[in-house]
Amino acid sequence: MQGAVAQGIGWALNEEYIYGEDGRLQNAGFLDYRMPVASDLPMIEPVIVEVPNPYHPFGVKGVAEAGMVASLATIANAVADATGRRMTALPISPPRMLKALKENRGVEA
Amino acid sequence: MNDMQFSSPVSVDDAVTLLAADTDANILAGGTDLMVQLQSGMRTSRHIVDIKRIAELNQVNQAADGSWTLGAAVCSAELNENAALKAQWPGVLEAADLIGSMQVQGRATMAGNLCNASPAADSVPALVAANATVTIAGPNGRRTAPVNGIATAPGKTALEKGELIISVNLPAKPARSGEAYLRFIPRTEMDIAVVGAGVFITLDEAGICTAARASLGAVAPTVLLFDEADGILVGAKPDEQALEKAAAVLMSACRPIDDKRGTAEYRTDIAGVLFKRTAKIAIERAIA
Repeated sequence: MQGAVAQGIGWALNEEYIYGEDGRLQNAGFLDYRMPVASDLPMIEPVIVEVPNPYHPFGVKGVAEAGMVASLATIANAVADATGRRMTALPISPPRMLKALKENRGVEA
Repeated sequence: MNDMQFSSPVSVDDAVTLLAADTDANILAGGTDLMVQLQSGMRTSRHIVDIKRIAELNQVNQAADGSWTLGAAVCSAELNENAALKAQWPGVLEAADLIGSMQVQGRATMAGNLCNASPAADSVPALVAANATVTIAGPNGRRTAPVNGIATAPGKTALEKGELIISVNLPAKPARSGEAYLRFIPRTEMDIAVVGAGVFITLDEAGICTAARASLGAVAPTVLLFDEADGILVGAKPDEQALEKAAAVLMSACRPIDDKRGTAEYRTDIAGVLFKRTAKIAIERAIA
């Protein structure tokens, strides 16, 4: 569950495939495919809500990567709240964010 | 990897002789760049010359005039443990402390950082702003040269065949001087500078700037240096307006590339912001 949140934060802020004009992947390594490192992340406290899922025959819910979905939206909402800009493409990387702020682009939050 | 010779000379003269004798010899200090390049096949070498056994290269000394001689084989973690050095040159040491991770800093040297000649090297802009020099030993004896100018292009240095850097030298620091280095990365650590900025500033008793050197890394093939000749800061109080004016000078000189670590436009914008933040720390240190 914590891993999913960490993965979501990485996707939201930095992780992306960067291709060159020759169509080759430019960042096929952990230096430039920027997964978050420990110091990039807050403490993550999972709260387990033990209510059976009514849409599943055994009542089970997804764990692991299921948690990514919410963390992407959470980061996007936090960015919109902080900057007044609703970013509509991921990742919300520093170059993309600054460009949006400078051009006063994007949907107003 | 092919057959390779490994030498560990114990004197500078022996190291020079070994390096001059083999056209395919490489210097090993911390090896944090060289070993990675060899392992990944980016580079081959017939002869590795380890310089860590040379006593002279492992010393850190302060002369009576206040200047420092930092041996080329001293790693950045050891430099950061030197309290007197850190008190005088916090910006240079903070830059050395940003190279790689804690483990890497136990190996990495500033001289190696300089000779690897990466446009994004962290310690180089700080050394350039500090007006540091290097002492170079070679077949024709010893010479001293400014740090600015050693890296001539990405991966290329002004060192001649058989030459090696034996020390990085910091000048005596004038009164009311401060320096700082900051870099921008999209993570908090374990990354390579998108932009790095170094500032050295001297103020007079009235708070007027009498000397200033600003440097930028990762926005051009080599570090960019700006000083009084570029019309930055000197002769005025370094207030918000003066910093803004200087930032514009710096930004107009940036010629970064668009790559996986940042767009050219982004790097130029960040260079201005980072310079101002760095200058403010340097000014605080000059006053303190």
